[in-house]
Amino acid sequence: MDLVNLQVGQAVRIALLGYGVVFLGLLMLMIVIMILGKVMIASRKKAETAAAVAAPVKEVPAETPKAYAEGSAGEIKLYDTDPKDAAMIMAIVANKLGKPINELRFKSIKEIKE
Amino acid sequence: MDILGTLQTLWLESGFAAFFMAGGWKNLVMILIAFVLLYLGIVKKFEPLLLCGIAFGCLLSNLSYFVSLGDTNALYHPELWAEFLDTASPYYHSYGHIMAHCGLLDFLYIGVKAGIYPSLIFMGVGAMTDFGPLLSNPKSLILGASAQLGVFVAFFGAILLGFTGPQAASIGIIGGADGPTAIYLTTKLAPELLGPIAIAAYSYMALIPLIQPPLMKLFTTEEMRKVRMEQTRDVSKTEKILFPIVVSTFVILLLPSTAPLVGCLMLGNLFRETGVTDRLSDTAQNALMNIVTIFLATSVGATMTAESFLNIKTIYIIVLGLIAFSISTIGGLIGGVIMYYASGKKINPLIGSAGVSAVPMAARVSQDVGRRYNKTNFLLMHAMGPNVAGVIGSAIAAGFLLSIFG
Repeated sequence: MDLVNLQVGQAVRIALLGYGVVFLGLLMLMIVIMILGKVMIASRKKAETAAAVAAPVKEVPAETPKAYAEGSAGEIKLYDTDPKDAAMIMAIVANKLGKPINELRFKSIKEIKE
Repeated sequence: MDILGTLQTLWLESGFAAFFMAGGWKNLVMILIAFVLLYLGIVKKFEPLLLCGIAFGCLLSNLSYFVSLGDTNALYHPELWAEFLDTASPYYHSYGHIMAHCGLLDFLYIGVKAGIYPSLIFMGVGAMTDFGPLLSNPKSLILGASAQLGVFVAFFGAILLGFTGPQAASIGIIGGADGPTAIYLTTKLAPELLGPIAIAAYSYMALIPLIQPPLMKLFTTEEMRKVRMEQTRDVSKTEKILFPIVVSTFVILLLPSTAPLVGCLMLGNLFRETGVTDRLSDTAQNALMNIVTIFLATSVGATMTAESFLNIKTIYIIVLGLIAFSISTIGGLIGGVIMYYASGKKINPLIGSAGVSAVPMAARVSQDVGRRYNKTNFLLMHAMGPNVAGVIGSAIAAGFLLSIFG
């Protein structure tokens, strides 16, 4: 086949074959990844079951509630700020700091108008 | 000393005089094109990291190389590369000949020609990419495959317009929406088209937020666009480490021609996920990536000489590139609609358009359009699955075309 000066029919065949190869390749990869996922989930469950069986049964002391930062439960003051915007701002700050939001204390949020 | 004679010689050797000599106007047009590209990169922020370098490479090349003046001061020598590719020339595939006569941009272009830069860029992409969404929902790979439709439709369109097989393959890969892959394949198959193909690929990638939404609206119903997808499962660290090893082994054995791209993509991802190679991951996704981006963009831009760029083929490539992008988006959306029905209306077909690669912009577009119809919908992570699947899909498409035409 002259691959430089392709005829229309040859081009159609190559295009269909190419699309088929991409589909087949990714379909096979999907199956491989699915099998890998199933194996990983099964081995994780097995490890968890084994750990649960091996662990001696002992009385678990009541968990001490974690001290949360003061003011994180509804004491924030909002000035010209929509509660939804405030929630978003707090979530972004927590994300940037890499801290759980309930361990941070927000005192107030105020919109600065220039 | 003949002052007037010296001044006259200086004038005749200057680029300003060359504008008025044979073919000089073409350089002027290319310089204006470079200015437009710089404007698009800097002001409009169209893929600025790449477009600024490409535009400046084009500018340097056309400021320093004039047909009428000869190539004494040229930074890029098209005729050297013509000899390099001419099987009848004694300098066929002779890097030594290039090195002995090259300008700065010729030297940098060796990295493109040898396929080094695109592969290293892929390593950086791998180090930056979290394949977790793909691992938690492997069916995303089907969307990544569907969205390669434009590659083969544009290939066929290019044949109809009279391009050769290797040229059509290089034009088609624009539909993969993956710059390094497009550059890699074009350098191997049709280096004479590298400039326009790189420009088309990166320009359309930047225009994804404009190209995709109308098509997303056209190929899905409002009910489909409102579908809220369930959270996918957590992926363990071990799975993430095994993924690049498994994909490299599987894909490279299947299509050996994908080895440079897929191999580097997965090596970068392995650096990211192992947890013991953080320094290498950091270098791959920052320092190395930035350095290679400078070399790649500038040297690709340098290939945009007047002779190779100012012809009707460039217009065809720009049009075919747009068709390739659009058809790939439609392919991904059709795949999404099929999965919507197959999953019992649990999959939002908008994530299909993200299968065109262009990480992460295409996924962001899915997220934005999805939220327009359902404020509580977060499609970003779901769209990242097909998005990264598209990267692998376009590498496989390129590998196929390379094995046929290479």
